[in-house]
Amino acid sequence: MVNPYMPYPVRIDEIEIATEDKSLKTFKFVFLNKEDEEKFAHKAGQFAELSIPGQGEIPIGIASSPTEKGFVKFTVFKTGVVTSYLHNMKVGDIMGIRGPLGNWYPWDLLEGKNVVIIGGGFAFTTLRASIVYMLDPANRSKFGKIDVVYGARSPGMLLYRDELYEWEKRDDINMHITVDSTTDPSWKYNVGFVPTIVGQKAPKADPNTFAIVCGPPIMIKFTQPALESLGYGQNQIIMSLENRMKCGIGMCGRCNIGKELVCKDGPVFTLEELNKTPREY
Amino acid sequence: MKVIKIDKKEWTGGIDKSREKYLLFGPVKDKDVTNKEHYIFKKLAAGEFPVMEGVDTVLSPKSVIFPQTEKILKSSLDQSQPDHHIMKRVENDYSSRAVIGIRSFDAKALTLVNLNFDTKDYQDPYWCDAYKATTFVGLAVNKPSDVDFSTSMGSGPFGEEGLDVLLVDNGEEFLAKVITDKGKTFLDAAGFNKTADESAVKKIEDLKAQAEKTIADKAKVGTDNLKNKTVLDLYEAPFWDDIAFSCINCGTCTFVCPTCWCFDIQDETKGKSCTRFKNWDSCMFPLFTLHGSGHNPRGVKTQRVRQRFMHKLKYFLDKYDKGTMCVGCGRCVQSCPVNIDIREVCNIMNNYEPKK
Amino acid sequence: MDSLTQKIREIASNILKEGRVDMVIGFAKGTIPMTTKPYMARTPEQVENFIWDKNCTLNLANYITGRKEKIGIIAKGCDSRNIVNHIVENKISRDQLYIIGVPCSGMADKHNPDELRDNCATCTHRNPVIFDVMAAEPVEEQKIDDPFADVKAVEAMDKDAKWSYFEGLLQNCIRCYACRNACPLCYCPTCFVDESGPQWVGKGQNKTDIQTFHFLRAFHCAGRCTDCGACEAACPMDIHVRAFTRKLNKDSLELFGWEAGLDITKRPPLDTFNPDDPNDFIK
Repeated sequence: MVNPYMPYPVRIDEIEIATEDKSLKTFKFVFLNKEDEEKFAHKAGQFAELSIPGQGEIPIGIASSPTEKGFVKFTVFKTGVVTSYLHNMKVGDIMGIRGPLGNWYPWDLLEGKNVVIIGGGFAFTTLRASIVYMLDPANRSKFGKIDVVYGARSPGMLLYRDELYEWEKRDDINMHITVDSTTDPSWKYNVGFVPTIVGQKAPKADPNTFAIVCGPPIMIKFTQPALESLGYGQNQIIMSLENRMKCGIGMCGRCNIGKELVCKDGPVFTLEELNKTPREY
Repeated sequence: MKVIKIDKKEWTGGIDKSREKYLLFGPVKDKDVTNKEHYIFKKLAAGEFPVMEGVDTVLSPKSVIFPQTEKILKSSLDQSQPDHHIMKRVENDYSSRAVIGIRSFDAKALTLVNLNFDTKDYQDPYWCDAYKATTFVGLAVNKPSDVDFSTSMGSGPFGEEGLDVLLVDNGEEFLAKVITDKGKTFLDAAGFNKTADESAVKKIEDLKAQAEKTIADKAKVGTDNLKNKTVLDLYEAPFWDDIAFSCINCGTCTFVCPTCWCFDIQDETKGKSCTRFKNWDSCMFPLFTLHGSGHNPRGVKTQRVRQRFMHKLKYFLDKYDKGTMCVGCGRCVQSCPVNIDIREVCNIMNNYEPKK
Repeated sequence: MDSLTQKIREIASNILKEGRVDMVIGFAKGTIPMTTKPYMARTPEQVENFIWDKNCTLNLANYITGRKEKIGIIAKGCDSRNIVNHIVENKISRDQLYIIGVPCSGMADKHNPDELRDNCATCTHRNPVIFDVMAAEPVEEQKIDDPFADVKAVEAMDKDAKWSYFEGLLQNCIRCYACRNACPLCYCPTCFVDESGPQWVGKGQNKTDIQTFHFLRAFHCAGRCTDCGACEAACPMDIHVRAFTRKLNKDSLELFGWEAGLDITKRPPLDTFNPDDPNDFIK
């Protein structure tokens, strides 16, 4: 019997400060056992439990794409006991990863479709994985137009800035980067909240276009009407949720919204599904 | 179905014999330092026998399979060790065990908990190993308690689901209904092998009918409409604040419940080693759902009370189509400090019609 | 019908009709023998659910914490003392309350209905200490020769015996926190055992963690506990948690001449400075 509580041992290979306030760091992990990397095969949108012996575990979205081999990447906000401890760990330290967990963005369904990615703040991790996945030369032709609306409080709070600016230069992806406000005179992208930019820049709905939304509750709340006024149907709005989790495998009981467990039946739900369930997230 | 007759005079001898092959668990009387007595399910020490007089236990026997605190993983934190910070499974004893004197509703409850821990996608090895290692030797309830409403919840005083053997107290003897091969193996190990005559089956049926009637004579708990209600109608119903008013948000109902399976995972360190363990948790506690950001989707008492009843009486039912996640044991009714009575709540939910 | 019940309903109905309060908190009959449940009436019709009997064992002051409404509350002696505590500790204002005082002749022991429960047997404040109206004439207060005989018996034990007694008391605790949650004193927004960032106390069935919870909780109630017995009424495992709080009540009385919840103008002794403090270290 496979023990689903048993983490794969990993080594911290690289730590990068992700935002100007240093509250987010990106960790690159390498599996100690090569076969574990194969077992960990994930799809963009899934998460994993970062498992620090003696400290505990935290569920974090997987920021690396399945197409990036040899490592897995997570961007972690320093907030509680485990994340604070993790922020103080060093390259070379050994810990564990349990996963991949949960469902993923519906890649089968999205094939041949236009995809609008909408993210805010530090909830851009699995969206980064998704973009890298779709832009992979082996995959790009499987998707139609790709639009990305991504915003943060300020330019320095945007995650993966180097990649964002690289994607801006490409013609096979339409980037709409935005910040809430900035005093930087050289800022050449959008200024405004994500829902506003969605209203202005996101493509109008058609049956072949799907939106993937991931962000803080307040952003999700206001993005939903923006998308609806662009004509998106409830089944065309795909959202990724967060809830307090422990087991990550649908057993410990705390992350439910109605009968659905965010950790196992989610974290990805369509708005249509969410509208049928208590919104306890 | 085969029925074995066990003369009560041979009972302790047989139980002792079974100890050669099984670790035994059962209800025993416990007395604390203030001389207060109650019955608890525990591992039976040598020479200790289960109380077979149909006693009520405050806690269900779920802890035999799912201990309140259970070590699951461990590792060394000593950097000089080659395997430091690499978790390993804590080895527990999963040799054959038998729970003697478990009630039908508690055995049924474990089958429901099993749905959570033994799934298509994941299997909790600690639960699965313990559950599979256990033989359940039930004791039929000839005299159901005042709070027993098991017949309304898909179980009953003589229910067989989840049991390997059902013992029926018939005065000078137990009539043992052999339900599974596992049960037969246990009875063989105890040397209980005298087949009862034809009349035994009839006797069991009579006692069963009598016991079921005792429950039926009390107020009925309705569950027939629950399935057809929509989740959101029940969730948004106006009665939750009234139900929750008296609740003090303790974990009593969830801890005494034979089907509540929610748990927490915690790490503890001691010197250079650490242990990860599972602990019972409770949806009544605000911390259960508290986000790292401070946001709490069930931060208000009413939301937590609603969660408990909705989980038991609606979400579970919709998810598994195996009835309610309540077996009608009545423990929460008995132990709730503020008398929140699931029988009443179930009827309110079952009878609720939203205003159109 | 019992005349006290009758009177309680009458008063409750009147104050609701007169609009003096938005709600009245009292006890309703339970669904199983020997139980009651805390109940809130918002309409004059709902007051018909109120009852008063020997099983009103919880402390209703627990239900007023932080409420904003005008509240009518039914209070026996100990409830009234906890209301005083609440007022002193700014958990509710006196103006918000209309207190229906009920003289109490003691509540029944949950296992021996013909006997008084322990705390009621040694109670010397059966009559409410604060009220707007009384539902009956005061009852005679009990004269107890030695109210802390039980505590003295523990004090007389040697160190090892005492410790094993404490361990024995807590051996069946399941950490449901019913004792804490039934206690009107335990209103901390986050109890120390629930602190999670960092975590202060382990969460498992570890003996030391369980003891830490009970000992610290008792100390946190020192000089505030009215010995209302709600903790023990709530405990599903019948643990004698008052063994700890009663020792501190005895100390409060002996060291500071203090009994909790008798006077809304005085703060509890561990919460205040007094030039007459018997301890030297504080001077």
